[in-house]
Amino acid sequence: MAIFRSHVLVCVDPECLKKGAHDIMDALQDELVTKGLIDEIQVLETSRIGGCDNGPEIMVYPEGVHYVGISPDDVPYLVEEHFLKGRTAEKFVLKEKTFIDEELSAPTSKEVRIVLKNCGIIDPGNIEEYLAEGGYEGLGKVLTSYTPEETIDIVLRSGLGGRGGAGFPTGKKWQFCRATQEWPKYMICNADEGDPGAFMNRRVLEGDPHAVIEGMIIGAYAVGSSQGYIYCRAEYPLAIKTLNIAIDQAHALGLLGKDILGSGFDFDLEVRMGAGAFVCGEETALMASIEGKRGEPRPRPPFPAVKGLFGKPSNVNNVETYANVPQIIINGPEWYASYGTEKSKGTKTFALAGDVQHTGLIEVPFGLTLREIIFDVGGGIKDGKAFKAIQTGGPMGGCLPAEFLDLPVDYQELAKAGSIMGSGGLVVMDEDTCMVDIARFFMDFVQDESCGKCTPCRVGTRRILEILEGICEGRGKESDLDTLEMLCEQIQEDSLCGLGQGAPNPVVSTLKHFRSEYEAHIKEKRCPAKVCKPLIRYDIVDGPCTGCTVCARNCPVNCITGERRQTHVIDPDVCVRCGICMQVCNFNAIVIN
Amino acid sequence: MSATTATVQKNNPLTDPVRKQLIDQIVDQNKDRPGAIMVVLNEVQSAIGFITTEMQDYIAHRLQVPASRVHGVVSFYSFFTTNARGTHTVKFCMGTACYVGGTPALIEKTKQILGIEPGNTTPDGNITVEICRCVGACSQAPVILVDEDVIGRVKPNKMPQVLKPIQEIAE
Ligand SMILES: Cc1cc2nc3c(=O)[nH]c(=O)nc-3n(C[C@H](O)[C@H](O)[C@H](O)COP(=O)(O)O)c2cc1C
Ligand code: SF4
Ligand code: SF4
Ligand code: SF4
Ligand code: FES
Ligand code: FES
Repeated sequence: MAIFRSHVLVCVDPECLKKGAHDIMDALQDELVTKGLIDEIQVLETSRIGGCDNGPEIMVYPEGVHYVGISPDDVPYLVEEHFLKGRTAEKFVLKEKTFIDEELSAPTSKEVRIVLKNCGIIDPGNIEEYLAEGGYEGLGKVLTSYTPEETIDIVLRSGLGGRGGAGFPTGKKWQFCRATQEWPKYMICNADEGDPGAFMNRRVLEGDPHAVIEGMIIGAYAVGSSQGYIYCRAEYPLAIKTLNIAIDQAHALGLLGKDILGSGFDFDLEVRMGAGAFVCGEETALMASIEGKRGEPRPRPPFPAVKGLFGKPSNVNNVETYANVPQIIINGPEWYASYGTEKSKGTKTFALAGDVQHTGLIEVPFGLTLREIIFDVGGGIKDGKAFKAIQTGGPMGGCLPAEFLDLPVDYQELAKAGSIMGSGGLVVMDEDTCMVDIARFFMDFVQDESCGKCTPCRVGTRRILEILEGICEGRGKESDLDTLEMLCEQIQEDSLCGLGQGAPNPVVSTLKHFRSEYEAHIKEKRCPAKVCKPLIRYDIVDGPCTGCTVCARNCPVNCITGERRQTHVIDPDVCVRCGICMQVCNFNAIVIN
Repeated sequence: MSATTATVQKNNPLTDPVRKQLIDQIVDQNKDRPGAIMVVLNEVQSAIGFITTEMQDYIAHRLQVPASRVHGVVSFYSFFTTNARGTHTVKFCMGTACYVGGTPALIEKTKQILGIEPGNTTPDGNITVEICRCVGACSQAPVILVDEDVIGRVKPNKMPQVLKPIQEIAE
């Protein structure tokens, strides 16, 4: 490998690509050739350098200078300043340090990066860079020094739990699959990540694909599998592309295929694409989908470890579960188990979204409180608003109010509080969020995604949705709340798979913690958060309105009238309550009643 | 070419030698893989943009499986579409973060600009508007996808600007 004095990493995530990241790469290459620097400086692709709104973003190493907002025309200047004159091109340096950078560099940070260790640091398209970070050392160690049983024992002792939602001990799962005396066995990676609000797995697949692949190979050796599949959702084309490149490169170096590293162990890997069905994240549905069938769950037992893909013993783990494995092998199970709480070991990645100051990806040890995550890591609530609730665990999870802010986050504590860990989506909601509307939103999602195989899930979720829609539209009856509770219980008990069993959770948790909000909708026909459209109206206040006409020009249904410099008026019969006028008015003249 | 012939041709790739060959090629390359149906359908969907009933029948025939099996799979997954889409697609993310972040207002604004609701295509066949699930860019909510491009932090009053490039190409 050639030695380069500098590396320029160009972010090729969607946001930066849109702003011309590839043009920047081309311009950089051209300019380096022109200046005769091409043998000294390497241009590489990477993912997520920064805050995503200053793109295209690039990072120059070893100095670690972060440049943003560059256009191809700026490249000659930048190359001249940085590489020839050896000084930082100040005008493109990221001024206000973004959240991700601080978290990566600050030693006091509450984050611990194990899974995300390499993300944004190495070029995911180049296996050499993964190798340089100690990549595939874990695999080498396992193949040369450990038996499959010893490997499983290490994973067991680390306390690693499945990151796909339930936290089931990974070592135990591998033991079951190893114990089944039937071949072939299949090693499957669940990269379906369907929870809205979750994008942790995508990041890892796009930023550090080899960590997942290495984890799978180690697992395959442990359970005795020679063929693996990564099932990735179709919404992640870049992840699929990155994975395929990584698999080819691993093949070329003899890390996949026949006789891996001369050990006599064979393992091959293929990426399969989903097609937009949320339920395919459920492991039995996922396997049906790989088999080319409708992705309908089936009852367990038999568990995949006994009868899985193509009727053969199979092991299904999540992307993040696998990505932890190489680190556990290299650093030892005790090291891994030193992070986290008594029952939940290690770290968890979370996608922090919603009304929080710094949205994005974080990785923290289990046991941090919700407050620490939202306020210390996430910087608190946006626009100085008040915290109202946090939704954890996706559509089968729950909404927790402020009383739970000091809850230490791990699998057990979240379950006790009536929510779940799920895959790690955290959506923070401020005072302007209507919890009945949120419950309705999730019910809309699950009833749409229900595969329809069992009646309680198919019909029950639709009934709940109808009732919630009624409440949001001011047609709620006092008996609705009891009916909801009864329906929720039925669906939880009588559904076949986790989707149906978990579907009522958002309703159950909001009913429990935000009951008064339901009651306000039903009894007073009032939406306290001023969200539910039929229960609110927009009005323009006489004083502050300057008659600037901005609202009238932006109203999608043209229901605002008024002369220039005269107070405007909204026609409530036509208004569709989209709220656009309120967003565009610069004089705070529009209010909700 | 009149608009009607264009639509007919668009809807039947089996009568178009180039696209028929593409479908055959996809089938031949994948027919021996385990679970071939999904792989073939995914590739056809991305190469052609839709899978009509006739195409499903043809694929079933080529894969030597009952047509009902292919129909069953196509109808199960939301990514498979049976009708031709417009030249451009605008998708609105309805994931949690985007919903909370203001997707509904973006849809209202788009209705005003294009005159169509999600699930429909403009009369000139140029733009299809759809709703989609979380695209995994939640930190930039609300997010829309214009063809393959992910655009984040969209404000309703930015919609005309966002839609302009794909509207212009039609003219
Ligand atoms: C409706 C539903 C959706 C699921 N979606 C996912 C998913 O997107 N990713 C995932 O890893 N697990 C998902 N799971 C959990 C999987 O069934 C399975 O438990 C998991 O992949 C096991 O891996 P782990 O032990 O590493 O967590 C889902 C479960 C259900 C019921
Ligand atoms: S619970 Fe719902 S999603 Fe699961 S199998 Fe039954 S109908 Fe399908
Ligand atoms: S935008 Fe505000 S100030 Fe301007 S006319 Fe409308 S209500 Fe009045
Ligand atoms: S809420 Fe929407 S529809 Fe109603 S007046 Fe304002 S912009 Fe027009
Ligand atoms: S998209 Fe480029 S830094 Fe995030
Ligand atoms: S919710 Fe829209 S990108 Fe995730």
